Amino acid sequence: MRAAFVVSGALATLAFQLAVTPRSTLGQASGADLRSVVVASKPFGESFLLAEMFAQLLESRGIGVERRPGLGATEVAFGALRRDAIDVYPEYTGTGLVAILHETLPDSSARNSRAVFAHVSRRFAEAYGVRWLPPLGFENTYAIAVRGETATRYGLRTLSDLARASPSLTAGFTADFIGRPDGLAGLARAYGGAGGVGGMRFRATRPLSPALKYQALANGGVDVIDGYSTDGLLVRYDLVTLEDDKGFFPPYEAAALVSGRLARDRPEAIAALTLLSGRLDERLMRGLNRRVEVDRADVATVAADALREVGVLPEGEPVLRVAQNDKAGVASFLHARRGVMLAQTLRHLLLVLGALAAAIVVAVPVGLALERARRVAEGTIGVLGVIQTVPSIALLAFMIPLFGIGVAPALVALWLYALYPIARGTYAGVRNADPEAVEAAEALGATPRQRLLWVRLPLAAPVIMAGVRTAAVITVGAATLAAFIGAGGLGEPIVEGLALADTRLILSGAIPAALLALIVDGALALVERRVRPAHLREPQGAQGRPWQSGGVDAWGRE
Amino acid sequence: MRRLKKGIEATGGAGVGPSAFYRMSIALAAIHVTHRFGPVTVLDDVTLHVAAGGAVALVGESGSGKTTLLRCFNRMVQPLSGDVFVGDTNVREQDVITLRRRMGYVQQRGGLLPHWTAAQNVGLVLRAMGRERDEARAVVDALSLTGLDAALHGPRYPRELSGGQAQRVALARALAARPEALLLDEPFGALDAITRAGVQEALARARGELGVTTLLVTHDLAEAARLADEIVVLRAGRVEQQGSIAALRDAPATEYVRALVARALAQSEPLRWT
Repeated sequence: MRAAFVVSGALATLAFQLAVTPRSTLGQASGADLRSVVVASKPFGESFLLAEMFAQLLESRGIGVERRPGLGATEVAFGALRRDAIDVYPEYTGTGLVAILHETLPDSSARNSRAVFAHVSRRFAEAYGVRWLPPLGFENTYAIAVRGETATRYGLRTLSDLARASPSLTAGFTADFIGRPDGLAGLARAYGGAGGVGGMRFRATRPLSPALKYQALANGGVDVIDGYSTDGLLVRYDLVTLEDDKGFFPPYEAAALVSGRLARDRPEAIAALTLLSGRLDERLMRGLNRRVEVDRADVATVAADALREVGVLPEGEPVLRVAQNDKAGVASFLHARRGVMLAQTLRHLLLVLGALAAAIVVAVPVGLALERARRVAEGTIGVLGVIQTVPSIALLAFMIPLFGIGVAPALVALWLYALYPIARGTYAGVRNADPEAVEAAEALGATPRQRLLWVRLPLAAPVIMAGVRTAAVITVGAATLAAFIGAGGLGEPIVEGLALADTRLILSGAIPAALLALIVDGALALVERRVRPAHLREPQGAQGRPWQSGGVDAWGRE
Repeated sequence: MRRLKKGIEATGGAGVGPSAFYRMSIALAAIHVTHRFGPVTVLDDVTLHVAAGGAVALVGESGSGKTTLLRCFNRMVQPLSGDVFVGDTNVREQDVITLRRRMGYVQQRGGLLPHWTAAQNVGLVLRAMGRERDEARAVVDALSLTGLDAALHGPRYPRELSGGQAQRVALARALAARPEALLLDEPFGALDAITRAGVQEALARARGELGVTTLLVTHDLAEAARLADEIVVLRAGRVEQQGSIAALRDAPATEYVRALVARALAQSEPLRWT
């Protein structure tokens, strides 16, 4: 038992080291004495691509870069930027207006992208000290799309046309679009006829996952979807996007959003990033997105090609080659990625073991203390249980204001998750440890410490270990979500794969994660067997069972 | 009555047990002890005396307070009022760990630590006191005192022992550190009749050798008669009568005692009145 605590302590220390060590020093060391610029993205294809372009552009100017792709969502990415935990990520003015500033379009400025940019840019500087670089040159607004054949049949060109035809059409919208104030509800209001006549009233509205909506539209499962105007799949499936003739959607101009600190301290980085302003148009972006999303081309390659095409990267400069074989099967894809997978698995394992060890060090004593204070025990365990009910992604998001992004908040969140099963197991195990034995030890004059170390803990060990195993398996799973706040690990390819609808990439994270859960559980099962009190183990060797040995006859007599 | 008198004399006298290696036995006394669990009065002004080296049985039905009274002597229960003496120590005035190490204790189901072997269990008190050097010898002695073979039974875990063997181990554990008094809480209650007789004999033998003051809780009057010099009949927290079995039979103080003795006589094989 003591050895277990020593090992836990060592692991917790290691995890702490991991948490405070900048990620760049774990990966390739950066040569420059200046701090690396942290380039992040949100978890969808275009954001990955733009962030990679920012990163390569900075690197080509000799500026060290640290990549944090696929951060949770707007709240996570922007939260991190505000706190200077990241330096730059691609954002859209409409998102800034609606999702961050929580404002709606003033009627006068409707569809005036210049005016919206100016407004957002001023408000961000005032409120958050965060800076928008000049727009990249394209918009990626909501695009309501239908099949070409549907457009012809109903004569659809604009959203007003769609409103008219809506009762005979089935819509498939993403949950995001259905839920947002500037999504379906606002759209229905904007295009609702006077007195509620007509308006956007579809025959049926189905929630669809972003990855599936294009397929659902193409094979006729639904007739209308929400997309983004630069989606590569619009081209692939020959879809028609309808004109927002009433100017309901705010403009979603893409731009680099940079932290106040970067803007202040690194003029050369700002200068490099500004080179892209106005260089990317919608057609170019749609083509790039198509290469990534449809052709499954490697993001780094596409980004490098794009930078050359717009003339900000010299021709022929070598680009980081990542395994890229579009036609290859899952097996060879995974084989080609084995180095990356191993590194991610190790990182994942360290996250899990670190959080678990820290949880053991805290939760076992807490469980023991609760056994002595039974009046507050149920309440305390209840509170820990409530933490357990917070969805992992939400818990991770709560950590950002406190600890920024990266390993530290992930460790804290995973640690919080692991506390409950271990504290509960300890409390239950110690509490239910053979009461006769505990009482005998007490009545014979064993000190409280002796009773704990000799009787309660050994008898509770199997239950405590069961709690630790539960916590371990939960933590392996929850740690995949840590990628959303930039902690790396096996969640990284899963997040990226989900964003790019790339099954192989998802599998390259999910398979090792599943194996890791099995291995960790198996390893702990072995530990559990070791800590199991001697009398519960199978008798070994010559020491037989009572009915076989000489002491008692078949009737149980001596 | 004769026995009681002898007991009182022993209290005042030397009280040295028959065994040379045994430490001096002590008297036990509870004086005007009252205790309540919530609204229920479990002990109602109980006064009791056990002579040094003597054996007293607490007899009564479930809920009569006999176990609670027993546990007052090692302060597993702290009575609301009254005084409890172990020798000339008021239990309230001694460190509870020290107090408990002076007393052997056996529960109905033994309370052996299931993850320790019989030998380890027997060594519990010595180990708790940090007397590891004396442990091995004391364990062998105590096991043989209760009729067990240290080589054969010592390495076994409790689940590998029969019920009777487990109670012998529990008794050996209570005796291993040479306690000044022995507190037994229905130590044979869970055993079948044949096994019980064997363990009772082992207890009687050990007591004969050590002369240790003993307080025994039982609901079986025959058992009380066999093992104790004196019997205290408890009913609803009150002492009905204290005296030898002969006194209880010949001069029952209350109707309850008379009925209790009559029932025991009718049920059991002829009692061996001593």
